[in-house]
Amino acid sequence: MNSILIAVIVVGAIGLVVAVVLALASAFFAVPVDERVERLTEALPGANCGACGYSGCSGYADALAKGDAKPGQCPVGGDETAKTVAAILGVEAESGVPTSARVMCSGSCDNTGKRVNYKGIASCSAAVQLLGGGGKCTYGCIGLGDCVKECDFGAIKVCNGVAVVNEELCRSCNKCAAVCPKSLIRIVPRRSAAVLCSNFDKGTQTKDDCKVGCIGCMKCQKACEFGAIKVERFKATVDPELCTLCGRCAEVCPKGVIALPFVEAGQ
Amino acid sequence: MVKQLVAVFLAAILTENYVLSKFLGICPFLGVSKKVNTALGMSAAVTFVMVLATAVTYPIYENILVPFGLEYLQTIVFILVIAGLVQLVEIILKKYMPPLYNSLGIYLPLITTNCAVLGVTMLVLEKAAQDPSYTYVTALVNAFGAGIGFLVAMVIFAGVRGRLETADIPKSLKGLPITLVSASLVSVSFLGFAGLVEGLMG
Repeated sequence: MNSILIAVIVVGAIGLVVAVVLALASAFFAVPVDERVERLTEALPGANCGACGYSGCSGYADALAKGDAKPGQCPVGGDETAKTVAAILGVEAESGVPTSARVMCSGSCDNTGKRVNYKGIASCSAAVQLLGGGGKCTYGCIGLGDCVKECDFGAIKVCNGVAVVNEELCRSCNKCAAVCPKSLIRIVPRRSAAVLCSNFDKGTQTKDDCKVGCIGCMKCQKACEFGAIKVERFKATVDPELCTLCGRCAEVCPKGVIALPFVEAGQ
Repeated sequence: MVKQLVAVFLAAILTENYVLSKFLGICPFLGVSKKVNTALGMSAAVTFVMVLATAVTYPIYENILVPFGLEYLQTIVFILVIAGLVQLVEIILKKYMPPLYNSLGIYLPLITTNCAVLGVTMLVLEKAAQDPSYTYVTALVNAFGAGIGFLVAMVIFAGVRGRLETADIPKSLKGLPITLVSASLVSVSFLGFAGLVEGLMG
């Protein structure tokens, strides 16, 4: 009986000392926490993609609470998150232009062909090191889906040999663009026309490589009343700031490579 | 004296490696060894806690448990003390060394229940009971060596896992199976150190 009592007392005493020390320590060494950080972290999408420029959502929340960052920097959450965040911080939200990733290539299997039959590792970054990928067009989509693997939102699919972004699902986090070895993916405003080609070869070469390659014929540049299209190095580029979605460029394009994705989606 | 300390230190790292020879602390060994950076952070935290825990539990055992004849309560008391200690370290680090807390912080709660730490504090006492020349300082050096041994094992294994990333592994072995197989191979390689320290120190 006595030995049990001693054991209980000794262990109990040690436990008590540990508890008292911990209680005192947590009181003495308490660190004031900015409670907004927790609420901000909750309001953010939690994708931890880093598109805001900070190390994940908690990093962004920290910067927001300190006043180093602005509410609209999270492309994943978009306007809604910006509003919630702004409400927590008590500032006005700036509404941004809705953006989306776009693959600037239309070289599907029907439009372009293979130059070599690549059978190596199924990854664009591996394929690109062998003669720049297997496609006829050296600028075009390799279609092995590095971007698909990178996307956290399932917004990219490889359809018929070329990557296609589902703009409904895309959150413009820029991860796919960073991983594309051909730099074909751009984050652009949704409401703008786009030349879905990145081939800078001369027109005759482009014609040989792909049925829908931009040949730099200048027709769209002349047709655009707003000066939104410029042809440089045998390829047309749309300036989304100036584009009004009038669709004239798409009408005159002999290759049909200018797309108005937002309009086609039913707008 | 110094010779004994060096021998104890080397033995703790090579021949008595807590992870690869005694198979203690396998959970963090498998869980946190994916990258060399995190492996280093975790090992640094483990080393720190091992030394600290030994520094506290050794006198508790000698001065409280032995006089009351309560040696059999060693395990439960040590768990209690180590858990409290880790919490205390966490609180203090958070206040005074936020960068260190941010880099070690996530590992500290993991260490609370790390059996390598408990193993060190208990095995050190076992050795002290057998060898009269084994003092408090020897125990601390042994704990430090055990921590460094943990670090060596983690870093080596992080390197092995880095190679596994690019290796063509059969589908049925992907993930944990191949990790366990390679861990056992690393452990076998450490068997080669058997007798090394005795040979060196004569």
